Amino acid sequence: MATDPLTTAERGEVLLEAHDLARHFDVSKPWLNRVLERSDKLTLKAVDGVSFAIRRGETLALVGESGCGKSTVARLIVGLYGLTRGRLLFDGEDISDLVNRSGKQAAAVRKRFQMIFQDPYASLNPLWRVGTIIGEPLRVFRPDMSASQRRTRVGELLEQVGLSAPDANRYPHEFSGGQRQRISIARALANEPEFMICDEPTSALDVSVQAQILNLMRDLQQQYGLTYLFISHDMAVVKHMADRIAVMYLGHIAEIAPAEQLFATPRHPYSQMLLAAVPTLTGTGKRRGVIEGEVPNPVHPPSGCAFHPRCPHADARCARETPTLIAHSDSSEVACHAVEEGRI
Amino acid sequence: MSESHHAVTPPPRPGKLRSFLDSDIVYSWKRQPVVILATLVTLVMFLGALFAPWIAPQNPFDPRQLDLIDAFTPPLTTSDFTGNFYLLGSDSQGRDVFSAILYGSRISLLVGFAAVLFALVLGTALGLMAGFRGGWRDALIMRIADVQLTFPSILMALLIFGVIRGFLPRSMHAEVAIIVLIVAIGLSDWVQYARAVRGATLVEKGKEYVQAARVIGLPARNILFQHILPNVMRPVLVIGTIGLALAIIAEATLSFLGVGMPATQPSLGTLIRVGQDYMFSGEWWILLFPGLALLMLALSVNLLGDWLRDVLNPKLR
Repeated sequence: MATDPLTTAERGEVLLEAHDLARHFDVSKPWLNRVLERSDKLTLKAVDGVSFAIRRGETLALVGESGCGKSTVARLIVGLYGLTRGRLLFDGEDISDLVNRSGKQAAAVRKRFQMIFQDPYASLNPLWRVGTIIGEPLRVFRPDMSASQRRTRVGELLEQVGLSAPDANRYPHEFSGGQRQRISIARALANEPEFMICDEPTSALDVSVQAQILNLMRDLQQQYGLTYLFISHDMAVVKHMADRIAVMYLGHIAEIAPAEQLFATPRHPYSQMLLAAVPTLTGTGKRRGVIEGEVPNPVHPPSGCAFHPRCPHADARCARETPTLIAHSDSSEVACHAVEEGRI
Repeated sequence: MSESHHAVTPPPRPGKLRSFLDSDIVYSWKRQPVVILATLVTLVMFLGALFAPWIAPQNPFDPRQLDLIDAFTPPLTTSDFTGNFYLLGSDSQGRDVFSAILYGSRISLLVGFAAVLFALVLGTALGLMAGFRGGWRDALIMRIADVQLTFPSILMALLIFGVIRGFLPRSMHAEVAIIVLIVAIGLSDWVQYARAVRGATLVEKGKEYVQAARVIGLPARNILFQHILPNVMRPVLVIGTIGLALAIIAEATLSFLGVGMPATQPSLGTLIRVGQDYMFSGEWWILLFPGLALLMLALSVNLLGDWLRDVLNPKLR
């Protein structure tokens, strides 16, 4: 996977390809403190060598504990952060330099995707009316639209997400968290994107509201043939939404597999651990596993496989060599020495 | 429902006045007698200053209207010589103290407003730049601010006043005194605006609505002026209101020290300076009434500013 396993036929279906994405952040102290305390520069490798492909119309879920780099991947794709290393192909076009593009060059790409954010209370400008918020992408991407055309379109969008057209005149603080997330979705739909990056869109909502929002997102996906990159730490939500799942750990992808397969037979020890910790309503008869240990500090990641200090199957090789994603016959890809050697 | 294309016309918005009268601000205002009183005093003094030429019995800036023979007339006295009535007495030039206060508060308010506006615009611009761009600009601006904060602002204003005057020919001093005063007070006061704006900008910049605007490729300039600036203005306006009282006092202090407005165009501070010469010779009104006027003005503006800060602070609601 890391290099280029896609044949030309397959590539026709692929909407987004990420090759060896990396983003490092400088988290050193200020220069003066560094000199006085004789400390070195510190780099946080939030994402370090992540590769995956998303096919048109599918939902790829990115799961992992907090701090594993899921959100950074999302922000790399939409060009909020620049890439430290790697390549991004969107519908065949190299968009690795998106963060530096401006004007028409940027708009041509940017109007084809949109993002939905986690916090419905911070993702809407509190001083703007809902109609202005939803109309913003239209003002940017469709400058030819008249104000009244735009108002009509905003009304349609509001009804599409289960609100009503007159809501355009109200302010965000007049709405509940779930309604605000609907407004976010309406804004994201405004420029008719093909690809939607959803950064934990339901994790700030009540469970009952979560289901409504998730179902809305699925309906919209079917209606418009949207492609989703769905980021979450909630395995139940992921099970509901995803076609394929990528499990991330400390800036790396541990395993990518079709959703059902991952839930049935997780192969990477970390995937197994994650799934064992998911509570079920009926109970499986087994004792629920507890995720042992904590995520190591990504500023000083462990040597070799980042997971080896917490892994029950780790041996000397795991502490030494970093595993790469290897495709298996059951259409999963796993980055684990133990799986490769057949020890698990 | 989803594919429908029927035009939907939103209902008209509720009246602006109606929703203003129902707002929390008006509710809080009605419940505090002190704030109501402060508003009234401020209004009376603003209107008095604004309409001074129509209210004042004489123009104290016009020497032809002054009668030396009426000098030192006590308050509430009609002059035996000219028949003029002096509500608050007259000074050594026969100048009506009431008129001088009206005209003087005009200058005090003008300098106060202009200085606050100057400081507000400068501080907001620098604070936005520091917070939004970061890096060396941030470091440079905020270190200058830190250094300036170590000096008392009145000392800073004195220094700036002196430096600017040093560059101007002596003949221009009286003419441009008011502008120099505004710049000096404004420059000594931008730091708190810059700090507040920078902090608020850092908070807003990280919020997801700004990221949403960046995702659709909105240029940085639009993000700054459409999204961030309106959201950081609230603390700025509160500081501005409290800053107005401080600027009025700063102007009075400078004029009292003799470096502000000249005696020919007296502000409240100048009047107090002139009046203190007669304090022990029995003509107490020349000092007392301008002093009271300054006190009432600064106090009521300050009370309004404090109230506004409380009512606009979501943490105190």
